[in-house]
Amino acid sequence: MTSSRREMTVRALARVEGEGRLDITVRDGHAERVDLAIYEPPRFFESFLRGRHYLEPPDITSRICGICPVAYQVSACNALEDACGVIVDDDIVDLRRLLYCGEWIASHVLHIYFLHAPDFLGVPDSIELARTDRAAIERGLALKKAGNAVLDVVGGRPIHPVNVRVGGFHHAPTRAELAPLAAQLEAALDHAVATVDWVSSFDCPDFDVGHEFLALQHPSRYAIEDGDIVSTSGFHCTASEFAQHVSEHQVPHSTALHATLDGRRYLTGPLARYSLNSGQLTGQAAASAASAGLGPRCRNPYRSIVVRAVEVVYALEEALRIIDRYRRPTPPAAAVSPVRRVGHGVSEAPRGLLYHRYELDADDLVAAAAIVPPTSQNQAAIEHDLCRAVEANPAASNEDLTTMCERIIRNYDPCISCATHFLTLTVHHR
Amino acid sequence: MKTVPMRTVVLGLGNEYRRDDGVGHVVAREVASRVTPDVGVYAVDGEPTRMLDAWDGADLAILIDSAVGDSSRPETVPSGTVHRVESVHRVDSVHRFDSGDVTLSPGAATSTHGFGLITALELGRLLDRLPHRWVLYTVDAADVGFGCGLSRATARAADRVVAAVLEEIARG
Repeated sequence: MTSSRREMTVRALARVEGEGRLDITVRDGHAERVDLAIYEPPRFFESFLRGRHYLEPPDITSRICGICPVAYQVSACNALEDACGVIVDDDIVDLRRLLYCGEWIASHVLHIYFLHAPDFLGVPDSIELARTDRAAIERGLALKKAGNAVLDVVGGRPIHPVNVRVGGFHHAPTRAELAPLAAQLEAALDHAVATVDWVSSFDCPDFDVGHEFLALQHPSRYAIEDGDIVSTSGFHCTASEFAQHVSEHQVPHSTALHATLDGRRYLTGPLARYSLNSGQLTGQAAASAASAGLGPRCRNPYRSIVVRAVEVVYALEEALRIIDRYRRPTPPAAAVSPVRRVGHGVSEAPRGLLYHRYELDADDLVAAAAIVPPTSQNQAAIEHDLCRAVEANPAASNEDLTTMCERIIRNYDPCISCATHFLTLTVHHR
Repeated sequence: MKTVPMRTVVLGLGNEYRRDDGVGHVVAREVASRVTPDVGVYAVDGEPTRMLDAWDGADLAILIDSAVGDSSRPETVPSGTVHRVESVHRVDSVHRFDSGDVTLSPGAATSTHGFGLITALELGRLLDRLPHRWVLYTVDAADVGFGCGLSRATARAADRVVAAVLEEIARG
C-alpha cells in the first residue's frame, strides 16, 4: 500500500496584525504537521528592559504594539505598582479603564471591519468592501474615530499614548475636556449596535472548539484592566501565581513562544472573556448579545466577530458611564516607590490576557522582565483548530485549504508583532 | 460676496525612530512653527483612518513621506531627492505629476503593516473623503535603520521640502 503525502505553504498570511506563515503536511489524510510560523524577528523586549529604571516599562513596552499599546502600559503599571505595594484609588482605576475602553473599541473595530468581515462577505479586503458596502465601512470608520478620540483625550495621542505612568497619569483630564468625548461616544453607540446586527447576520460555519478558556474575572464588572485569572475548568489564580501555572516553551518553527496552563492547551481572548463573564455585560451590550443569539457561552471561533462587536457596545457604554461619574483624580498619580523586588500584573488586551512580571534590583532598575502576550498563549489552540479543519477536508484543493486556514487564523485576530517579542501557508501532501 | 477661507492641512507621515522615515514628522514640526493656527499640521504614523479624519473637509492637503526606491539599483535613488506628486496638474519640471500620471495601486492589504497612505487615498476616493486637492512630497530615504535623527542628505532635503510646503500654503 502506498502512502500519500501533501505539503502546502501559505507564505504570507493576509489580513493579520503583522507577518507570519503557515506550513501544513498531510500524510494519508492525517495532518502530520501544522505549523503556524511566526517569522517576524524576535524583538528582545524582555532583554533590553534589563537595566532600565522601574518607571520606564509602560512607555517602552507600549512600543511592542501599535494596536494595543494601552494593554502593555496597563499590565506594566499593574506589575510595577504591585512591586511598589501600591493600590491606586478608584478614580485612577476609572480613568485607566476609560483609556482601555478606547483601545478595545479601536482595536476590535479595526479587526471587525478591515480584517475579518471580508471573510464572510466574499471580498478580498476592506477596499473592496468600501466599493460593495460603503455604509458599512463608513460605520466602521466612525467607530474607529470614537475609539481613537478616547485614546487621544485620555492618553495624549491615539497611538502609543504618552500620558500613562506607574501610579496613574501624568495629567488627568477635566470633566469639561471629557464632555465632547461623551457626545461622540453616544453617537457611536448606534453604530456599535448596528455592527452587532450586521455581523450576527453573517453565515458562520459550525465549528465549536473544546479548548479550556482562560480570562480575567473581576467581582463587580466585566474584567478589562485587572482581575483574577479563571478558566472554564474551575482554575483560579492571582497575577502573582500566573507563572507557577503558565509555562512558555520554544517551538522550532516560530519566533514566538507557545504556552500551556499546567501542561494543558488553552485559549484566551474574546471567546474566553465572554464565556466566563457574559453575565456581567450590562444594558445594551447584554441586549445585543441576546439578540445576536450568543447565549451565555460562545465556543465557535467564527462567531468571535459577534463577541467583539458586543464588546465594542460594552466598551462604549462603560466609557459613557465612567465619564458620567468622573471625578478627576487629584493628584493624577499615586506616589510610588519599590518596596518589593518582584511585581506581577495582568490585564485583558483586546486579544486576551497579557501578563507582565518585573524583578527590580537594589538600584530600582529592572533586573528581569517577563511578558506573556495573548497571541503566544493562543498559538497551540489555533494550530489544533487548523489540524481539525485540515483532517475534516482531505479532498480540499490547496487553494480552498489556504482560504479555510487563513479564516481560522483570522478568527483569533493574532497579533504577530506582539507575539514575537507573525503570516506565510505551506501545505505538504505526502 | 463673503469669501470662505481655504482650509489647508499638512500631514507628515513616518516613524521618527527609524532614521530617515521620520522626515515627514521633522518637516511637519518645522512647518507648524511657521504657519498660522488655521493651518492644521499633523504628524501621523500612516494609519489610514487617522489620515482620513485629518484631511476631512480640507481644500488642500499637503502630504510628506519618506520613500525607499529600488534598492537593487541604488544609483537610481540618489539620497535626498525630493519627489512631488500632485493630484491636479503639472506645475514645474521637478518630479511633478498630475493625477493622470499617478496610478494608485492599493493591492491587497496583506497585513495591518501594509495599511498606509495609498490605502487611505483609495478609501478616501471610494468614500468621497479626499481633500479637494492633495499634494505629496516624498523624500528618498538613505537610512531607515533603528534610531532617531535624519541622514545629512535627508536633512538637507527636509529643509527644501519645508520651503516648498510654505510656498504651497501661501499659494493656496
